[in-house]
Amino acid sequence: MGSRRALAGWGGTSPTVATVVPVAADDAVGRLVAEAPERGVLARGLGRSYGDAAQNAGGVVLDVTSRDRILRVDVEGAEVDVEAGASLDQLMRLLLPLGLFVPVTPGTRYVTVGGAIAADIHGKNHHVDGSFGQHVTSMDLLVGDGSIRRLTPHEPLFWATVGGMGLTGLILRATLRMTRVESAFCVVDTERCGDLDDLLARMAEGDDRYTYSVAWIDCLARGSSLGRSVLTRGWSARRDQLPARMRSRATEFRPHQLAVAPPVFPSGLLNRTTVTAFNEAWFRKAPRERRGEVQGIAQFFHPLDGVGEWNRVYGPRGFLQYQFVVPFGAEPTLRRCLEMLAESGQASFLAVLKRFGAAGDGHLSFPSPGWTLALDLPVGAATLGGLLDRLDAEVLAAGGRFYLAKDSRLPASAMAQMYPRLDEWRAVRAEADPHGVFTSDLARRLDL
Amino acid sequence: MKDAIGNVQRILVLGGTSEIALATVKRITDGRPDADVTLAARPGPRRGDAASALEGLGLTVTEVDLDVTDRSSYERAIGATFDAGRDVDIVLIAFGVLGEPELAWQDLDAALEMVQVNYAAAVGCGVLVAARLRAQGHGTIVAFSSVAGELARRSNFVYGSTKAGMDAFFTGLGDAVARDGVEVLVVRPGFVRTRMTAGLRAAPLSQTADQVAAVVAEGLRTRRDRVWAPSTMRWVMSGLRHLPRAVVRRLPV
Ligand SMILES: Cc1cc2nc3c(=O)[nH]c(=O)nc-3n(C[C@H](O)[C@H](O)[C@H](O)COP(=O)(O)OP(=O)(O)OC[C@H]3O[C@@H](n4cnc5c(N)ncnc54)[C@H](O)[C@@H]3O)c2cc1C
Repeated sequence: MGSRRALAGWGGTSPTVATVVPVAADDAVGRLVAEAPERGVLARGLGRSYGDAAQNAGGVVLDVTSRDRILRVDVEGAEVDVEAGASLDQLMRLLLPLGLFVPVTPGTRYVTVGGAIAADIHGKNHHVDGSFGQHVTSMDLLVGDGSIRRLTPHEPLFWATVGGMGLTGLILRATLRMTRVESAFCVVDTERCGDLDDLLARMAEGDDRYTYSVAWIDCLARGSSLGRSVLTRGWSARRDQLPARMRSRATEFRPHQLAVAPPVFPSGLLNRTTVTAFNEAWFRKAPRERRGEVQGIAQFFHPLDGVGEWNRVYGPRGFLQYQFVVPFGAEPTLRRCLEMLAESGQASFLAVLKRFGAAGDGHLSFPSPGWTLALDLPVGAATLGGLLDRLDAEVLAAGGRFYLAKDSRLPASAMAQMYPRLDEWRAVRAEADPHGVFTSDLARRLDL
Repeated sequence: MKDAIGNVQRILVLGGTSEIALATVKRITDGRPDADVTLAARPGPRRGDAASALEGLGLTVTEVDLDVTDRSSYERAIGATFDAGRDVDIVLIAFGVLGEPELAWQDLDAALEMVQVNYAAAVGCGVLVAARLRAQGHGTIVAFSSVAGELARRSNFVYGSTKAGMDAFFTGLGDAVARDGVEVLVVRPGFVRTRMTAGLRAAPLSQTADQVAAVVAEGLRTRRDRVWAPSTMRWVMSGLRHLPRAVVRRLPV
């Protein structure tokens, strides 16, 4: 029926073995789920979540990428029906020429629609457009008894599924509201910020004028340059903002993959010395200020997609991504976290800072108003666990929370504190899947 | 579930009064002392003391009866542990007896008892635990072997032979289950000053249970398949193994 394989998240840290079954016709999956395999079932998309969210040790993992058709495109109404295994990359390639862009894109195009809903992903436009789930108008969810429910935003199960990390069932199809664009380009303003205060002030003051905004922070800079960063913000380019020679092919989308990282990188290649040198060069390279630059969508949103499987650079021990949000007003916590990171000397490439807007309705959706910081850290140093546990305490004390799609190490005890609607979510899930057929390694770790 | 850093949620100790095993449990939970620990051992004050010590650190302890000379006893202990509660992340195979070395090669009962505990029961538990962990799709077995298994020495070769056997079993088991998400760490300590060795003359490079535990924790963190404690023991034993037997016989080890 399927093959037993080791599966890991994008960080490659805690692989476990499961039986992987490609998702076939609806009724066949329904029967499989209804049989309730001993250690449960779970949907998996493109495996871009960093930790253990898309793993189900000893159980069945339904590979949704075999269901990737685009079923209906309504150009006038800017709406599409897609199968959940379709990737955002596919949607961009097919729909940008029609003037339609995905409503939310993460830092990689290689995520599925199912994964985007299950993690309720956010992008650089969160402060104006909210998260992915807010642009879904309906979805088909296969629940614990194998039956299929068509859900709309009026139902609690819809919002338990948005951000529900695959634990309410298998998303088969969804209707998405797309964003109309005139081109596959963005107009981008870039500013260098000398320190954290400078950065936060510029974001607080100016973000609302832009559709897209994000800052890259040099995590190794300390003292008076703590938080030195490069802020890039922009809008989707109107046709008349493009140079004349580009206007005729304004909606052409041609991302290039430059290289694929080889599979054998030694652990420890990224150390404090190499990363400091990289960060320094990167900061110097950024213009002090540049306005109105035209960038392709891939260059602006997905710079890392230019190198396939770049996660291998971290070597066999893997890496983790640490992403939290703290509410506005908790800026001192943000500063303290950056200080702790810089002092620890943990080699981190750039960290990404973003200002979130209003929260959506997903019970377990991550985004909430405040500052979100995300950074990649190689798993290697024996001191990493202790450092992150101390950072956790700072974030939780400030009323912050962590992103489950990135998490790979929180203790179960943190869950209720971070997500006050946890019990409400549990009740809705229990109704849809009373026997807990849908489960994951993340669910086991966090007692979900 | 084990996490990306190596924090664990549940540990089963077979031989739950072993000082080295208890030091190991403390060590691997010291960052986050909130795990569930099952101590399987003969009932009695030693087990109770071990449980209280771990509870004092914040761990949640369950005591289970285990008599490794009785097959149905270890079948029950392992079955009951895996049937209820969270997934078991780490199983420590930590029981063993040093016996009376001179009796052990001359008295049939003494010889067979050592074989039963150190070898046969270790293999039996290994078989049962491996099956459970494979079904779980993840988990780590830590098997406490000994450098005594690497080289037969006049002073304790029956013990050495049982450890050689269990060491070979768990080394091979590690290869057999690798594709099932299960890892095996074989630990080869030298002389450890514990209750078990009290009264014996300490051999060179002797160490404490805490020192062995540190080596085990580091081996788990870096996902090794064998470790020596102290780590220099690896080269010492490798050297000794290449000496002519006539020389080994005269060494004070
Ligand atoms: C380089 C990089 C940059 C990223 N940038 C961002 C970012 O800017 N913003 C952001 O929000 N995220 C970001 N992410 C995280 C990523 O967007 C999410 O983890 C997303 O869920 C990955 O989608 P996937 O298809 O790979 O899902 P997987 O990783 O395969 O699965 C993720 C979760 O979704 C569930 N799931 C998948 N498909 C279905 C389905 N059909 N039905 C039900 N449940 C399902 C799984 O069970 C699992 O819990 C980034 C990841 C990478 C690698």
